[in-house]
Amino acid sequence: MEFGVVVFPGSNCDRDCYWVVKDVLGYPCHYIWHEERNLRGIDCVILPGGFSYGDYLRAGAIAKTSPIMEAVKEFADSGGLVIGICNGFQVLLEAGLLPGAMLRNKNLKFICDFVNIRVENINTPFTLLCSEGEVLRIPIAHMDGNYFAGSATLDELIKKRQVVFRYSSPEGIVSEEYNPNGAIYNIAGIVNEGGNILGMMPHPERASETILGSTDGLKIFGSVIYWYERSKRSKTQ
Amino acid sequence: MKIRLIVKLKEGVLDPQGKAVMNSLKVLGFANVSDVRVGKVIDITLDGSVDPKETVDEMCRKLLVNPVIEAYEWYVMEE
Repeated sequence: MEFGVVVFPGSNCDRDCYWVVKDVLGYPCHYIWHEERNLRGIDCVILPGGFSYGDYLRAGAIAKTSPIMEAVKEFADSGGLVIGICNGFQVLLEAGLLPGAMLRNKNLKFICDFVNIRVENINTPFTLLCSEGEVLRIPIAHMDGNYFAGSATLDELIKKRQVVFRYSSPEGIVSEEYNPNGAIYNIAGIVNEGGNILGMMPHPERASETILGSTDGLKIFGSVIYWYERSKRSKTQ
Repeated sequence: MKIRLIVKLKEGVLDPQGKAVMNSLKVLGFANVSDVRVGKVIDITLDGSVDPKETVDEMCRKLLVNPVIEAYEWYVMEE
């Protein structure tokens, strides 16, 4: 299985993602410059965190017009695995690959801190190694992570089990007290209806080595690899 | 031709920036302020004198406005 990390001008978590995939997990990984027009046959694309185009206009708004995004859309439409982390999540929202939008954090501050997120759906390629209701400890680092969706969209997300992660206490209690940024319904991560595109504000690549204080992020990368290899095996049988 | 585009958060969408500005105004003694919403102004210069309606609406749809959270209005400042 091969991964690709898209690099926009202003991306700053691209190397962390590359490091985790290649050096921690030992899988091939490629940087893909935003001006490229094809994904070179990779099996999972990661849109990393950072401040693509300086967050000008709206976070992720300019990045969605980068040439590579056409290829990402085609890849996603054909069922390819896409992970958008932080700014990558914002890009996916702006590109219309995931529903909703990001608002400024409720407290107007940039928040850089470990948070707890409860896994709401383990039947996705990104969470299948988690247990139902498991709480992951993964850091956030953002100014615009206050996820918003209109009530009809939110109802759909809940009904179709597209809400994958919600901010919670370490014990898994979801309440406003444990909501760092004001996100509606404490949403920290969602998938599209097809289940092959994940957007999440917390940074799993920053929680993938013991020295960094948590290895919970590995469950997400590990799930993707497990899911991909399992589906490949079932195709060849 | 010069176009002035005004982009605002939709009614009902929380505007934390507007709330902070309102609180500061109150601290300064403007006790009668009951709401502040912060938006942005984008001035666009277009070549030619064609009807800009379609162009500007398309620009808003494709890039300048996020319809999930924002509403917009625009007018011609200068022919």
